[in-house]
Amino acid sequence: MKYVDEFRDRGKADALVAEIDKLVSTIDIAARRPIHIMEVCGGHTHSIFRYGVEGMLPKEIQLIHGPGCPVCVLPMGRVDDCIAIAEHANVIFTTFGDAMRVPGSRKSLSQARADGADVRMVYSPMDALTLARNNPDREVVFFGLGFETTMPSTALTVLQAESEGIANFSVFCNHITIVPTIKAILDSPDVHIDGFLGPGHVSMVIGTAPYEFIAQYYRKPLVVAGFEPLDVLQSIWMVLKQIREQRADVENQYARVVQGTGNVAALQAISRVYELRPFFEWRGLGSIDHSGVRIRDEYARFDTERKFAIPNVRIADPKSCQCGEVLKGVIKPWQCKLFGSACTPETPLGALMVSSEGACAAYHQYGGFKKQAGAA
Amino acid sequence: MNEMPFRRARSLGKVNVPAVTLAHGGGGRAMKDLIDDVFIVAFDSSFLAPLEDQARFDLAELAVYGDRLAFTTDSYVVDPLFFPGGDIGKLAVCGTVNDLAVGGAIPLYLSCAAIVEEGVSIDMLRRIARSMAETAKGAGVRIVTGDTKVVHKGACDKLFITTSGVGIIREDIRLGVDLAHPGDAVLVNGLFGDHGAAILEARGEMALETPIASDCAPLHDLIATLLAAAPGARCLRDATRGGVATVLNEIAEASDVGIEIDEEHLPVREEVRGFCEILGLDPLYLANEGKIVAVIPPEESEAALAAMRAHHLGERATIIGWITDGEPGRVVMRTVLGGQRIVDMLVGEQLPRIC
Repeated sequence: MKYVDEFRDRGKADALVAEIDKLVSTIDIAARRPIHIMEVCGGHTHSIFRYGVEGMLPKEIQLIHGPGCPVCVLPMGRVDDCIAIAEHANVIFTTFGDAMRVPGSRKSLSQARADGADVRMVYSPMDALTLARNNPDREVVFFGLGFETTMPSTALTVLQAESEGIANFSVFCNHITIVPTIKAILDSPDVHIDGFLGPGHVSMVIGTAPYEFIAQYYRKPLVVAGFEPLDVLQSIWMVLKQIREQRADVENQYARVVQGTGNVAALQAISRVYELRPFFEWRGLGSIDHSGVRIRDEYARFDTERKFAIPNVRIADPKSCQCGEVLKGVIKPWQCKLFGSACTPETPLGALMVSSEGACAAYHQYGGFKKQAGAA
Repeated sequence: MNEMPFRRARSLGKVNVPAVTLAHGGGGRAMKDLIDDVFIVAFDSSFLAPLEDQARFDLAELAVYGDRLAFTTDSYVVDPLFFPGGDIGKLAVCGTVNDLAVGGAIPLYLSCAAIVEEGVSIDMLRRIARSMAETAKGAGVRIVTGDTKVVHKGACDKLFITTSGVGIIREDIRLGVDLAHPGDAVLVNGLFGDHGAAILEARGEMALETPIASDCAPLHDLIATLLAAAPGARCLRDATRGGVATVLNEIAEASDVGIEIDEEHLPVREEVRGFCEILGLDPLYLANEGKIVAVIPPEESEAALAAMRAHHLGERATIIGWITDGEPGRVVMRTVLGGQRIVDMLVGEQLPRIC
């Protein structure tokens, strides 16, 4: 595949790894303790495991798989809300595929479908709108999920529904925003992160300016990274170079896609349709201020939360779940007491075990191979 | 005195309505007409014509083929019924023929049980039965017994077909999923993932410029060629549901060996790779209907590869990896990048990723 295979080239990967090895050997702190680099985005986590990137890195580098998997940070109560909506007799509940298996307190959407709810997988909110157009006597709900990456397409679908006057379509808005969450992680006392790989697709929408505080206030390097394995390796090298030079800057490795100013049209759609919520609940991380969006009053008729009575019950994560510590990089997935015993991809307790972007599922499925024996 | 001319008690019936109704499942004349018009005409088998409740075989005639009977069954519920490269009928014959052939059996006889939803068009049923008949003829098997049920609307999705198959295994063939041995080569007979991608595509989930065709094909002849070239073959499996990855895991587990495959050598069509990239799927887990995984001892691996490549259903055959003495039951892949990862069994269905 053109423009894809070039970014998976083994020879170039070997060369990059050699450069990373060389650079690490010149960084003082690496002699005393591992360098912690957090990849914020679930897409990176997937790529790292899919291509076995982690095992190619020197042992001094530890990757922390951050909170950027929207499915993984979905609290159980919200899944229960989805099921309550989906179980309305007249509702067609539409969702991205990954959300199907996320456990609620009683069941997942996939189990709700088996029990008779009309739950359908779609690839785009526009597909949900088409369903609404073709089923005027049914109420079609789209489960709006994801960071700024998927936010604009949901917003544009709402605008399209408005311009067509489609009355039987609404969005159950669970879109979340990444920047306050990075801040919450940095403020967390038990977290030690030396640098970040910034989310490429989110940055395509929001640009690179929103991360400046991480460099300026927290003095941590951040490199906006692409998703192919060579992108990831190069970005790691760029973070290390900043550490070596004792710089903390926002740099953009993914310049072929991300512009510093972001995507103006997408940002306009976002600000037209959504407003920030005062706070939003994250699985494992708790409530984070201004970390979620809801639909503005002007578009209230497309807001599922106002169209339906939603139970909105807060369900505490199972006590023994350590999703939060894994998300913050305090522990590695396999150090969780439940990993591989009570919590497996077949019977996930924590959402990190559900999506292939979740760190636990990735370790469980793809395994951890480290260069040195016994590290994983 | 004029004698009444002899009249056959029963001639082949004909259906004169466009669609199946519950009456066609009632056991009376309408049902006989449906079976005659759709299946008997297409299958045209001397076994079926007497309409006994069972097909009967002469054991001595079977024994000339070998010393063991192979018996298998499979149900086909594919949606849509017609897709690029095949239809449910072709699939139902190939699938069962292949299940026999991978055991080293010569496939001989099939059964065909159809569950039909009321409202299905008779013409469509005729097309599917003809497709089954043609595929069976091509595969050298005969459909010798069958059954038809009609269920009310909504009780099944248009048409489900179950085929069972009987074949005979030659005395000298010993294949088993538990026989893989470190050092053996792991081969596939060509590009994989086509069927799974074709079905997803045919459901209209992606509007592609070049539709991907299913690889649905009977593999008995390819397998016969392979076994002639590599008589020491350890194990053959058709990589249907769950794809190549699932078969590799089954072999690793049953044989208590490790398997290492090389991503660089995995034969996948560009269109299928692109399709999987966009949807966040992995071709290793996509279904195939014309692909086998073969475990061959090292000294026969080159001969096996050459034999497969000489066959029109194995032109793109490849050695994708090796059986190892690594962690038993574990399938490990060397990625294109040079890293390593585990290739595990799929947990449930493959779900597309969000972004």
